[in-house]
Amino acid sequence: MTACAGVARRALGPMVGAALGIAVAAAAEIPVDERRSGFDFMSRALQDMQRDDTLNPGMLWVLEGEELWHRKAGAGNLSCADCHGEATSSMRGVAARYPSYDEETRRPVDLQGRVNFCRTRHQQAPPLAPESQELLALVAYVAHQSRGMAIAPDPDPRLTPFRDRGRRLFHERQGQLNFSCAHCHDDNWGKRLGGSVIPQAHPTGYPIYRLEWQGLGSLQRRLRNCLVGVRAEPYPYDAPEYVDLELFLMDRARGLTVETPAVRP
Amino acid sequence: MEIGMEPMTSVTRRQVLLAGAGLLSVLMVRPGRAAPTDMEAAIQAMVGKAEIRPGRVHLEIPPLVENGNAAPLTVTVDSPMTEAEFVKTIAVFNEKNPQPNVAVFHLGPRAGRAQVSTRMRLATSQKVVAIAELSDGTFWSDSADVIVTLAACVEG
Amino acid sequence: MARPLISVPATAKRGEIVEIKALIAHPMETGYRPGPDGRVLPRDIIRRFVCTYNDVEIFSADLFPAMSANPFIAFTTVAVESGTLTFTWTGDNGFSQSETATITVS
Repeated sequence: MTACAGVARRALGPMVGAALGIAVAAAAEIPVDERRSGFDFMSRALQDMQRDDTLNPGMLWVLEGEELWHRKAGAGNLSCADCHGEATSSMRGVAARYPSYDEETRRPVDLQGRVNFCRTRHQQAPPLAPESQELLALVAYVAHQSRGMAIAPDPDPRLTPFRDRGRRLFHERQGQLNFSCAHCHDDNWGKRLGGSVIPQAHPTGYPIYRLEWQGLGSLQRRLRNCLVGVRAEPYPYDAPEYVDLELFLMDRARGLTVETPAVRP
Repeated sequence: MEIGMEPMTSVTRRQVLLAGAGLLSVLMVRPGRAAPTDMEAAIQAMVGKAEIRPGRVHLEIPPLVENGNAAPLTVTVDSPMTEAEFVKTIAVFNEKNPQPNVAVFHLGPRAGRAQVSTRMRLATSQKVVAIAELSDGTFWSDSADVIVTLAACVEG
Repeated sequence: MARPLISVPATAKRGEIVEIKALIAHPMETGYRPGPDGRVLPRDIIRRFVCTYNDVEIFSADLFPAMSANPFIAFTTVAVESGTLTFTWTGDNGFSQSETATITVS
């Protein structure tokens, strides 16, 4: 382990090692009883902001999503509700098990991808742009229906190779800093990076209201920030890598509670 | 060389932190003198030549925030909030944002309680001041120092 | 555009002090921040918030760029009679949005 850390430091250079102030060691998965949501690492003030719906700015998007759910769209002149009924019952538990397998593309699809499939295949409407207010609002509304439920990934065996690919990506060194996701979030969670606590990277509350963004954003946007953080070129929006990573991350977060819309610094 | 770098950097960082803590205690001991001119000017625009007294106002804001984009704050003023005696205005000022004003709240006896809450931006660690104007024309104030921690892995 | 989120108790006893919370979607662009192209984004903020209770103004606020995006304001009022609370936000670029809430006072 010491040798490994030494090699890593040399690769990073002394300045970066000192600036980040974290030890780079071999990755070890977090034991189940030590898994904690990023919520647990926040100040009381931010926890209150998330817990109380009248304080949580993410609820603005949830409210808008509820309106959009009932709004007809596209040449099909269909609303989400026309097919799925009331989201409060039909969408309950969906975010807790996503991503799921899409028969047509033979690939896993995340919630926002599914919303856009619904638009193009059924509503005959153009797909919503990544990170657009409408897409975030709809996904927030759908995911919010699972708030409080335990994350329980889809057991479909066709997802396994994609989840495995996500696991490999999580452990793969990337970028000029030559860090893997695991270096921060498996080996050094709870320690500080700059002034921020390194969380365990469980996607429990997406889309999240991130104070840094001053708005709601997707897991893809957050992963892009991580990639930029290690000085790697982020994959383009909707790249399959994000969905593979999400599959693995949701499996890694199994049993934690859905928080959408979560608030994070 | 590599081995020597880290301990040296850590010591330097610690010294910087210590210096920072020392500076803060000076600010807390002498709140009236730390306010830079922009904030002083904005406060004077509100109170004119009136005296600002410490007390009656309670500014509640976390001493340390993880992100300066939304720091929650609550201002409470000791006042019976009756027709005869109430709080007219509560104003919040900051020391180091590009502009010293945050918000001015106008209330009256119908509020029942002299209390407002909001969320403000903090460009950096700094002092926040709350001033209340009472119906008798007096001004009261409270202040607080807030440390904004540096964010990691921000949008690049 | 998203509707504001208003929290007002549906019922109250006469004379009771009730807490009111108002949250609205707005970027509160400061006018000091560079955009993706490096040029400073023009200021776009809500400048004023007013709350009326059966058409009588009971609370207002003047807001500045130091207010957080998606501004949140909480305050109190004495429940005097049943009726409507109206919340209005106005600001730069002709921004104006209103929302109402009803309260039943017994």
